[in-house]
Amino acid sequence: MLSHIAILMENQPGALSRVVGLFSQRGYNIDSLSVAPTQDPTLSRLTMTTSENSEIINQILRQLFKLVDVVMVQNLTEAEAYSIELAIIKLIAPQEKVEQIISKANNLEGKILNEQDGHTMFEIWGDSADIDTLLASLKDEEFLEVTRSGLLGMTKGNVALNTNDQTKISYE
Amino acid sequence: MTSGGEALIRALSDEKIDIIFGYPGGAALHIYDAIYQQDKVQHILVRHEQAAVHAADGFARATGKTGVALVTSGPGATNAITGIATAYMDSIPLVVISGQVASHLIGTDAFQETDMIGISRPIVKHSFLVQSAEEIPAIVKKAFHIASSGRPGPVVIDVPKDMTDPKVEFEYKFPKDLYLRSYPILGKADPTEVSDAVKMLKAAKKPVIYSGGGVIQSDASEELVNLSKMIGAPVTNTLMGLGAFPATDNQFIGMLGMHGTYEANMVMSEADLIFNVGARFDDRITNNPKKFGLEAKKIHIDSDPSSIDKIINVDVALQGDAKLVLSQLCKEFENSKLKNTDLKPWWGQINEWKEKHGLNHNMLNLENQKDIILPQQVIQSLYKVTKGKAFITSDVGQHQMFAAQYYKFDEPRKWINSGGLGTMGFGLPSAMGVKFAFPDADVACVTGEGSIQMCIQELSTCSQYGLPVKIINLNNRALGMVKQWQDMQYGGRYSSISYEDSLPDFVKLAESFGHVGLKVEKFSELNEAMEEAFSLKDKLVFLDVLIDPDEHVYPMLEAGGSMSEMRISKKDKTF
Repeated sequence: MLSHIAILMENQPGALSRVVGLFSQRGYNIDSLSVAPTQDPTLSRLTMTTSENSEIINQILRQLFKLVDVVMVQNLTEAEAYSIELAIIKLIAPQEKVEQIISKANNLEGKILNEQDGHTMFEIWGDSADIDTLLASLKDEEFLEVTRSGLLGMTKGNVALNTNDQTKISYE
Repeated sequence: MTSGGEALIRALSDEKIDIIFGYPGGAALHIYDAIYQQDKVQHILVRHEQAAVHAADGFARATGKTGVALVTSGPGATNAITGIATAYMDSIPLVVISGQVASHLIGTDAFQETDMIGISRPIVKHSFLVQSAEEIPAIVKKAFHIASSGRPGPVVIDVPKDMTDPKVEFEYKFPKDLYLRSYPILGKADPTEVSDAVKMLKAAKKPVIYSGGGVIQSDASEELVNLSKMIGAPVTNTLMGLGAFPATDNQFIGMLGMHGTYEANMVMSEADLIFNVGARFDDRITNNPKKFGLEAKKIHIDSDPSSIDKIINVDVALQGDAKLVLSQLCKEFENSKLKNTDLKPWWGQINEWKEKHGLNHNMLNLENQKDIILPQQVIQSLYKVTKGKAFITSDVGQHQMFAAQYYKFDEPRKWINSGGLGTMGFGLPSAMGVKFAFPDADVACVTGEGSIQMCIQELSTCSQYGLPVKIINLNNRALGMVKQWQDMQYGGRYSSISYEDSLPDFVKLAESFGHVGLKVEKFSELNEAMEEAFSLKDKLVFLDVLIDPDEHVYPMLEAGGSMSEMRISKKDKTF
């Protein structure tokens, strides 16, 4: 099963490489990763999925939290959370055909973005597994390109990955 | 007004640092010019950057303070890497300052450029790249705080050359406080867990206290002894924990693990309660984790939550600082109305094990062989001559294990070795760091003819600064630990463990640096030579002892087995 982890970290050069490096260094696998600054430009939010088992996930969470640049860590798999992934796909097919593909795709929503010289680009969003299914169903001779956002997620209700706290360490 | 270079040195001084170990070079020149123009921070010039970091490391291990090394960019930085990894594996507080090419040259493959932040990333607790000179004092403060608090470790500060430019000046201000968004430091443990632990400790019929380097890091020896006395259980120390509990105490059953004593490993495998204080269940201890302590409940004190349940799942996790948690346990133990379990039957069993295969059992029949020197006898002689009071640093290999087994450390911070990384070449430079910290103490480096050659250049540093450390070279003319494994597992096929006839004359080599060299070839000469070495107070003495080339380190855990599966001599095994 895929686990989904959200990380709030310092928006500092090198911070991302510490997080990613931790995974390769300790032999953990990353399936998807997305990262961008938050409303507070000094903080970045990173969401990742990994297929490690729950004991390893606990170890990953502790190792992540140990990084000085990591401010908060949340296991979205165990929380009540909403998650979504977006993909942009380009096919060698006319727009009408792609519209059919979108309308038949299970549990996914999408729309055409552009058609040019018989190449149609569309976006589609929903569960990662449904995007997997859609991609598997596309014909090889039609398929040209795909880019996926990686899973994004957030807990429901009042639990939030958000902080303005600076721990003051006083020497007085 | 100060420049970045001046600010860096002044900030070190404000952190109460008066000695640093290093090696200059292009990118660090502004810093070295700042060092020249002040007298608060003394710089020790080593002969190789690896040695600078090991020296700072030895200083840190012996004193408990943070050690500081300074190197230049490129090869200076990469040479420091082995030293940083050594400190990281043993959780030693270090601040390593590396010069870097000027900011505008970063990424251009400039002369002596290397991505130090990138290369050091997996082996540092944290690292900083200085991006504006004014930040330097605050970065230094953060670096020392991070290096020395919680589970300690090395911190790198990478300083581009333009950040220390003497032409760029600013007002120096050393911050009083510092701000870190997320850096929790654990203190006391959860009281419920403490009370659960005490219940288990009181109920256990066959408890064992297994303590590690964390006790030394947290200066918790006194608390460990107090609690151990209350419980009355046997105490075993890891390689990193030796000295945390007095080796001459009746409750001490020796080191455990790969080359631990027979009784310690038997106790670990038969115990019904394993109480881990500041150790991490690493593979040299547990042997096969699937066969580890199957009958035992487990309690684990650790200041690093990621160490808990990493290898061995425990029943009670006491997350916190060993000193504080041990005090909590002492108090709870004292106040508890539960009755203590009688441990006499347990001790009866332990004493039987001791008598059966205690450390010396296989040496007894060799007393008549006056000419052959066993490595164990050299350590026993060293122990006798120094009255067990010396600082002992070691390199890595058979000699390290013999020193750990036979030198009975009664105090913490006296045994200084690279336990986690196993770095050959650590012994001599770390001994220099110890000697700078304790100029009046006896400091001996127990080494082998293989390891000593990895940092032998530091004989020159010892000469320059007049460092009378004693080098005890257990010379078996081969890479002994590798040879032992080749004997045991590769049918005696000695692949690349011999130097043939190329070993230097260590006596002459020592003399060429202005030191004293002594060679010992017979057992009858050993004690006298050892006494002479330590009587030459102001001299570095290189004691080259030709030992039995065929001796193995025993006991030795059988690969993949449980802790009771040991080879206890070349002929005997327990399984």
